Amino acid sequence: MSAGHGGWPGAAPEISPDVDGCMSCDHGVVTAVTQARPRPTTPPLARRRDGRLIAGVAGGVADHLGVQVLWVRITFVLLGVTGGAGFIAYLLLWILVRQERADVVRTLPRGERQQALGLAALAGGGGLAAAALGNTAVGWIVGPLGVALVGAAVVWREADEAQRRRWTAGARFGGVSVGRNAVLRVVAGAVFVAVGIAVFLLGNLQMGQLQFALLAVLATLVGVAVITVPWWLKLVRDLGEERRERIVSSERAEIAAHLHDSVLQTLALIQRQSDQPREVLRLARGQERELRHWLYGPTGYGRGAAGEPALDSGLADAITVAAAEVEDTYAIDVRPVVVGDRPLDDGLRALVLASREAMVNAAKHAEVGEVSVYVEVEADDVHVFVRDRGIGFDPADVPTDRHGLADSVHGRMTRHGGTVRLRSSPGEGAEVHLRMPSDGAAPAEDRPNTTQEAPTCPQT
Amino acid sequence: MTEPGTEPIRVFLVDDHALFRSGVRAELDRVAEVTVVGEAGSVDEAVAAVRHLLPDVVLLDVHMPDGGGAEVLRQLRPELPDVVFLALSVSDAAEDVIAVIRAGARGYVTKTISGRDLAEAVRRVKSGDPVFSPRLAGFVLDVFSDRPGAAPPGDPELDLLTRRERDVLRLLARGYAYKEIAGELFISVKTVETHVSSVLRKTQLSNRYELSRWASDRRLV
Repeated sequence: MSAGHGGWPGAAPEISPDVDGCMSCDHGVVTAVTQARPRPTTPPLARRRDGRLIAGVAGGVADHLGVQVLWVRITFVLLGVTGGAGFIAYLLLWILVRQERADVVRTLPRGERQQALGLAALAGGGGLAAAALGNTAVGWIVGPLGVALVGAAVVWREADEAQRRRWTAGARFGGVSVGRNAVLRVVAGAVFVAVGIAVFLLGNLQMGQLQFALLAVLATLVGVAVITVPWWLKLVRDLGEERRERIVSSERAEIAAHLHDSVLQTLALIQRQSDQPREVLRLARGQERELRHWLYGPTGYGRGAAGEPALDSGLADAITVAAAEVEDTYAIDVRPVVVGDRPLDDGLRALVLASREAMVNAAKHAEVGEVSVYVEVEADDVHVFVRDRGIGFDPADVPTDRHGLADSVHGRMTRHGGTVRLRSSPGEGAEVHLRMPSDGAAPAEDRPNTTQEAPTCPQT
Repeated sequence: MTEPGTEPIRVFLVDDHALFRSGVRAELDRVAEVTVVGEAGSVDEAVAAVRHLLPDVVLLDVHMPDGGGAEVLRQLRPELPDVVFLALSVSDAAEDVIAVIRAGARGYVTKTISGRDLAEAVRRVKSGDPVFSPRLAGFVLDVFSDRPGAAPPGDPELDLLTRRERDVLRLLARGYAYKEIAGELFISVKTVETHVSSVLRKTQLSNRYELSRWASDRRLV
């Protein structure tokens, strides 16, 4: 019971972001995209499209609350039998909550279908019993009004189906394509509604001819309104969706224009500095990086991969930024390959700075055009490998100008419980292996130091 | 690397950017062991010309109008099992890389690769060994990882990497060449190649890729 009570009033505010979903895209394209994805934590309230028995309301509520469908169904039935609230809640949710996206595939197991059918039958039976015991509200609902509601349900369900077909057909046709069976179902539903309302009027009211005629007209209007509810709602939603798409596409055009502009500028600069190969390389690489980052995100999974928390300031992003700075400063190629991601903590921040130092070191001393960076996030620790195929050196006899490696890399890592391993020999290039345990505890006195350095600061 | 006297490897270029084709052609023509026998700028052209010329290796752009490299592979792979395809693309996006590998390409390199490295990659795929860029190795490691959120393995033979394969992939992602990997792991280059081939096969056949991750990932533009 309590789950249902908690679910139903709670559902009302949940509906609003859904209905005015077109508002949220004012913030930009990215919002629209992330919103379209199912979030693993609390998915927005949406009726199930696949694997539903009546309208997918119970399933949707269960997905939203993260409880089993069975409990939601039982709650609806209990609320329905003991006063009719369950029926009304179900219908309101059906009307107000939109269906989930068409590409979510579910299956309704046989056992669950039977269980749900049983519960639905129980609801009907329980309602009848309650009516027999003299509960007038329930009596109306399982009586003539129930007939009308069943009719409306048939029509509405048909509307859902038609909507699904329209979406799968890619919305190529302006109108809703309706098959013969669908027409039959809609007509049958309409008849049910009409009969239900008529019986309700005849059974409950005693009146003169004029009053009766007026009421009949009114009832017909109500019936028509009830039957056409899905289409009205669809009209409103389609308008909202169209508006949303317009905003998204104009946003896209704007960003593309900005990018094209920046590419043109780079090309102009390259032409002007064509006698300085180093500068040309730096410009081209910088532009490439910007474009690539924008297109595919820091790790190449697109912007904010699905199923992963958005780690805009995560390790992958930080490493990519550090590599970009080194590229820009030393006009070499640093292409990080990152497997996994994790939000930055103090230990990881130190790791990023140490990695940056190692990259700078390779860029300065290895005399190569390319440095490989590989980052792997594991359950217990994070590994970074910075490798070059440059001139190499003998670690036993590090020249004095290589203080950078000794101090900032070693010092940073050990302060946070990490380790550094250096491998190199003359002529063989060098590889720095940094390892940071994931619970790299940060000593308090180091924190201000780290956070000060954390923003982008090429110290050269 | 090839013994003197062997026939040059016949390479066919497919890319919708004529400028890039001529660049690659110029670079490859400088390498003695490779000869460019033809080029095409669209899927249809490529399919017809490859059927006719039967090159050893096809360098395939991932992004083209009418379906791109994957479409060429789809049309040609079944009838020409001896022609080897090497994907060559500017795209670093996981979905593109994985898609073209799964469509049957023997390897994937980015367009910034130097002429010499490209010739080496061509030679390698010609002799049957896959070519993995560090990025591709990273993606494959990521997909086969058992991090929370990854798809659960179904068929353990296909959906899991052995420890050795993982080691080899890690070194590939760190920018090691096959020879360096062999030295690092104390195994022969041949064994490294076997491991990478096995990873390629798993990448192509495992259904851990039928993940919503790539399907639902939508890029802008």
